[in-house]
Amino acid sequence: MTQALFGQLFLGLINGAFYALLSLGLAVIFGLLDVVNFAHGAQYMMGAFAAWMGLTYLGVPYGWALLLAPLAVGLVGMAVERTLLRRLQGLDPLYGLLLTFGLTLIAEGLFHHAYGNSGFAYPVPGWLRGGVNLGFMFLPLYRAWAVGLSLAVCLACWFVIERTKLGAYLRAGTENPKLLQAFGVNVPLMFTLTYGFGAALAAFAGVVAAPVYQVTPLMGSSVIMVVFAVVVIGGMGSIGGAIVTGLGVGLLEGLTRFWYPPASSVVVFVVMALVLLVRPAGLFGRER
Amino acid sequence: MPGRLVTWGWLALLAAGLAAPFVVYPVFAMNVLCLALFASAFNLLLGYTGLLSFGHAAFLGASAYATGWALRSWGLPPEVAVLLGTALAAALGLAFGALAIRRSGIYFAMITLGFAQLVYFLVVQLPWTGGEDGLQGIPRGRALGLLPLDDPRTAYWFVYAAFLAGFWLLHRAIHSPFGHVLRAIRENEPRAVSLGYDVARYKLLAFVLSAGVSGLAGGLKAVVLQFASLSDVHWHRSGEVVLMTLLGGMGTVLGPSVGALLVVALENYLADTGSWVTVITGAVFVACVVAFRRGIVGEVRALVRRSFTGGKP
Repeated sequence: MTQALFGQLFLGLINGAFYALLSLGLAVIFGLLDVVNFAHGAQYMMGAFAAWMGLTYLGVPYGWALLLAPLAVGLVGMAVERTLLRRLQGLDPLYGLLLTFGLTLIAEGLFHHAYGNSGFAYPVPGWLRGGVNLGFMFLPLYRAWAVGLSLAVCLACWFVIERTKLGAYLRAGTENPKLLQAFGVNVPLMFTLTYGFGAALAAFAGVVAAPVYQVTPLMGSSVIMVVFAVVVIGGMGSIGGAIVTGLGVGLLEGLTRFWYPPASSVVVFVVMALVLLVRPAGLFGRER
Repeated sequence: MPGRLVTWGWLALLAAGLAAPFVVYPVFAMNVLCLALFASAFNLLLGYTGLLSFGHAAFLGASAYATGWALRSWGLPPEVAVLLGTALAAALGLAFGALAIRRSGIYFAMITLGFAQLVYFLVVQLPWTGGEDGLQGIPRGRALGLLPLDDPRTAYWFVYAAFLAGFWLLHRAIHSPFGHVLRAIRENEPRAVSLGYDVARYKLLAFVLSAGVSGLAGGLKAVVLQFASLSDVHWHRSGEVVLMTLLGGMGTVLGPSVGALLVVALENYLADTGSWVTVITGAVFVACVVAFRRGIVGEVRALVRRSFTGGKP
């Protein structure tokens, strides 16, 4: 009984860590570029695939994939920002959502064409195999590592954005890009780098997720829906809110899976409806 | 443009619609009509009210399942079953709309998407929906007790009549004082508020109307194709209706139908190519957003206006 409960809670924590990473990336991109990056799920999927392809075709080990896959996806993201997203600046942000939706279809279709529907397993790297018995539950080492690493990256992002000079530029850019430009900051470059960074963050989550889930072309599209709900629940205002809400939603899903499994995929959206009833701006959001 | 020309144009379209099943495969034509109605209903929100709903598949799909169930298990006549589905979609629209219109813009899109996902998961989980297989073997029945819908042309004209009714309703709504208020909200919401309009109520009414007509389209689709499937509640369907509207021209009366015709034809034509359909649909989407946001009918209209005003805007 307790074994199962803690097992589900821990699984929830892992999911929550990925939700937190992904909604954090969405928040960063939305904050500066005013773009809801629908392609975030596809970028997550591409990260996982990049790791899998690297291992299968080139023998790139997990440790390097953790670095190289986000870099590759980040570069693709920067190219997309330069060539496409830039043309939509100043228009209704809805066009950004639609554009990235179209890109998602292209990416998913291409991977589906190349690899079909069946998933691939990414082996857990040797140095993270095994687990520890904590008495009340069995803790697989890789999963503990996935949660720890994701949270560390989340906190690092939070620190950079809220506490450093670079973060101050970013925050200034979200308030008033024109003014920031007048101070001599290369704002267009900042936009490109931010989008690339957000895409890389999604890809990073994908690499960390690869040994936990199946690597499939559609793995991103199911996650991104929940992440959107997380964003609505948390409100897109704060970085900290994204992290806390992501983890909370993951844990809630875990709890529901323990008590009543069929409801676990629905509970997020029910919570979303309830939060909207009480606080339309989300738990941590400001009206804008 | 001279009014008489417009009237003749409409009459020609009406006749073309009547003659369609003699020219093309009736099931294809009915599919186009259903999705054209769906896109037109969606356009009431996006094109005339400025609300991007990213979860309209929920209304189409929920109604398709309800209609199918009423036909297959309760043995209701098709017109009653379709109306039942329509009513369910409208009720769903009222519930979701009341919550979603509390936020606007991007948030509105994400909230509607979230609710649609809720419906999707419910359809997957509920015991009577057939799960992955969908609801199959729906009988078409006899419309009004005497028209056998198993005859493809009779079925077509049944769908065509329902399409015209729904389309006319939307057309009336758009060109009524109600529609003008919706456009005022789209152009400048604070101004509409300061003029004393209860903006939330107008938005909600538009949402319910749009959801209801989407439900009509979904119910007809279930009757015509004789099944309701998960793809009707999936978010790809919600994206597809955005594409139809954008491609044809949002904020134009005919645009969504033109877009639906093109998208259905494209998918039909490319069906054998497997996942390339998705890739090409995505590419068309990107091209629409980046290069021609007015859509086909929007571009043509702009061209016609320019030629009638002698180049002046």
